[in-house]
Amino acid sequence: MPADRLLPDDESAAIVALARDFAAAELAPRAAAAEEAGAFPRELFRELGRLGILGMPYPEELGGGGQSYEVYLQALEELGGAWASVGVGVSVHVMSCYPLATWGSDEQRERWLGELLAGDLLGAYALSEAEAGSDPGAMRARATRVADGYRLDGSKAWVTHGGEADFYTLFARTSKDRARGISCFLVPGDAPGLAAQAPERKMGLTGSTTATVDLDAVALDADRVIGAEGDGLSIALQALDSGRLGIAAVAVGVAQAALDHAVAYARERRTFGKAIIDHQGLGFLLADMAAATACARGVMLDAARRRDRGLPFSQQASIAKLVATDTAMKVTTDAVQVLGGYGYTKEFPVERLMREAKVMQIFEGTNQIQRLVIARHLARGAGR
Amino acid sequence: MKICVLVKEVPDAAVEKRIDPSTGRMDRSGEKNLNPYDTHAIEAAMQLKEGGALQVDEIVAVTMGPESAVRALHKAVSLGADRSIHLTDAALAGSDVAATGYALAKALEKEQPDVVLLGQQSDDGECYTIGAVVAEHLKAPSLTQVIKLDVVDGGLRCERQAEYGYDTVQVSLPAVISVGDAINEPRYPSLKAIMGAKKKPLETASAADAGIDASLVGGDGSRVQCGEFKAPPAKAAGTIIEDEDTDATVEQIVAWLDERKLI
Ligand SMILES: Cc1cc2nc3c(=O)[nH]c(=O)nc-3n(C[C@H](O)[C@H](O)[C@H](O)COP(=O)(O)OP(=O)(O)OC[C@H]3O[C@@H](n4cnc5c(N)ncnc54)[C@H](O)[C@@H]3O)c2cc1C
Ligand SMILES: Cc1cc2nc3c(=O)[nH]c(=O)nc-3n(C[C@H](O)[C@H](O)[C@H](O)COP(=O)(O)OP(=O)(O)OC[C@H]3O[C@@H](n4cnc5c(N)ncnc54)[C@H](O)[C@@H]3O)c2cc1C
Repeated sequence: MPADRLLPDDESAAIVALARDFAAAELAPRAAAAEEAGAFPRELFRELGRLGILGMPYPEELGGGGQSYEVYLQALEELGGAWASVGVGVSVHVMSCYPLATWGSDEQRERWLGELLAGDLLGAYALSEAEAGSDPGAMRARATRVADGYRLDGSKAWVTHGGEADFYTLFARTSKDRARGISCFLVPGDAPGLAAQAPERKMGLTGSTTATVDLDAVALDADRVIGAEGDGLSIALQALDSGRLGIAAVAVGVAQAALDHAVAYARERRTFGKAIIDHQGLGFLLADMAAATACARGVMLDAARRRDRGLPFSQQASIAKLVATDTAMKVTTDAVQVLGGYGYTKEFPVERLMREAKVMQIFEGTNQIQRLVIARHLARGAGR
Repeated sequence: MKICVLVKEVPDAAVEKRIDPSTGRMDRSGEKNLNPYDTHAIEAAMQLKEGGALQVDEIVAVTMGPESAVRALHKAVSLGADRSIHLTDAALAGSDVAATGYALAKALEKEQPDVVLLGQQSDDGECYTIGAVVAEHLKAPSLTQVIKLDVVDGGLRCERQAEYGYDTVQVSLPAVISVGDAINEPRYPSLKAIMGAKKKPLETASAADAGIDASLVGGDGSRVQCGEFKAPPAKAAGTIIEDEDTDATVEQIVAWLDERKLI
């Protein structure tokens, strides 16, 4: 059963239905084989781009789809549940457009944003480094002023779409100041001196490439800096507030998918003369999975609606990311349990969902960092 | 030239169908969608338009149904139709196949289409007959279960799926053609097309607007009166043969078929 949603109007219902139909017909049938082979589905992103899904939550005036986060996240949920690597990819692309769309000058947006949002191009977001993950203020990659712009040197780690992306929204040091010394750049994927290392070999999300990107004297024009020099860290953290909602959506989708598989199996599988869902011990496990998934979706949508109304939502985004990804981990683990021995095999998708859920507790701020963000809001007495 | 596509709103494929015990009719309360076969009919119209061998000026989606059927028209338009017509009237409720076909034909008469395309079957009623009824009223040739459509000599060369294989039929226009799902791979509507759907013209027509004789439609105008609906009986468990030795398995299957005089 697809999730039963209350959407604002027929149009948004049609948009979420598009995502669901696309997920069922194009993503779900391909996911297992591509994940097994570690094959990045670049062509599928082009198709999503043509449908307008890669620019979905940006204003129509800027070339986006003009959708609210309430609608975008529910579409993303459908994609992520069918194939997490694609859901994460869409979320990362959307986040990589954020700095230009929000902080870019009119000339910069005029020049680059259209093709980013039109979806022919795929973006990456390069904040982390090997020695600076949870603590981006410790980053070392540097952008040095030269006569006609900047020169980038260093390495960005863990870049989703690293080596595949057409552009990188990249953060580098323009001065030694820990917080005010970081700037945001829009770097073309084919810039000379930019090279991706071999992709990481991961536990899951293997259809999504994650790679270190080395920068060796990459020359950038002066107009490639987004926002003012030194604004980089604020830009990065602000982009992450929205990005985390995307990850929450993918996590809810993964939880829903695990629940759906588990329920379908439990209605068919019989032991001791009845369907296992009719054994109260297992029925209650499924009930808890359903309740947790519904809660995670509710928390995610609450944050989305705050964002859509222009209210502060940073704390709620962290709560949504924390709750949704912990829920995905728990629900997928329980789904493996529901399927018994079959759940532990690659014949069924739940073991893959469990491996995919794990990374969501780690990236875009580990769940410890989410707690840190929430606690700081509490300490400031903000947004109870 | 003009192509009209008949489209119907049906319960979504993901919804478990059940009979409402209080009315004895199918419960249509859940999620609804455009009949999947009709998306193939729209795609066929789009391919004729984009193919360029015929000069297609306009694709018009037509439905008969209650208020909610407007969503099926929006979907049809988001898939490429240029405008749509919603035939809706309390007098039409409860129409059987003959009455529905008559009513749709009256609505089409006003449009004078060169081609009428429709799905070969609906997901709910599954009568497979509307095309033939509409064609009869329009005095146009009827072709059903078409899975290939080419423009040849100013007419259409159709391949239709039959029990024994395929018929290839050349038809001159106007014609009424129902299509199977093997005919094409319908496109997805883009976000832009979904958002633009409401901006394309939608005409609402009553039975009187379409010139329909009210005595021939609705529950009273229908000669088919439905009695009780029942869920089909559960299938008896089949015979399962464990394939341990393939030669022996084949022998068992042959013997089984032979016993029933099937080979
Ligand atoms: C598949 C994948 C894709 C990724 N994609 C991207 C991407 O596209 N762009 C990008 O920039 N980055 C990306 N990352 C990087 C990711 O965001 C970092 O891995 C993450 O932020 C954690 O950083 P770290 O790995 O350096 O861990 P560390 O920061 O070293 O943390 C190690 C552990 O210490 C804990 N910890 C750290 N500080 C504290 C604290 N103050 N209080 C309590 N606990 C703490 C952490 O929670 C964690 O459990 C990706 C990572 C993965 C695995
Ligand atoms: C107010 C109102 C209430 C109705 N209530 C019911 C009801 O409760 N139950 C019910 O079964 N039907 C209802 N109908 C619709 C009508 O009775 C059926 O469409 C008709 O019986 C055709 O059966 P079918 O769908 O099995 O045809 P099929 O021959 O299987 O359909 C083939 C194709 O014909 C076209 N088509 C079929 N019906 C329509 C239509 N209505 N409009 C446009 N194209 C169509 C589609 O392209 C479809 O793919 C109602 C109609 C109205 C106006």
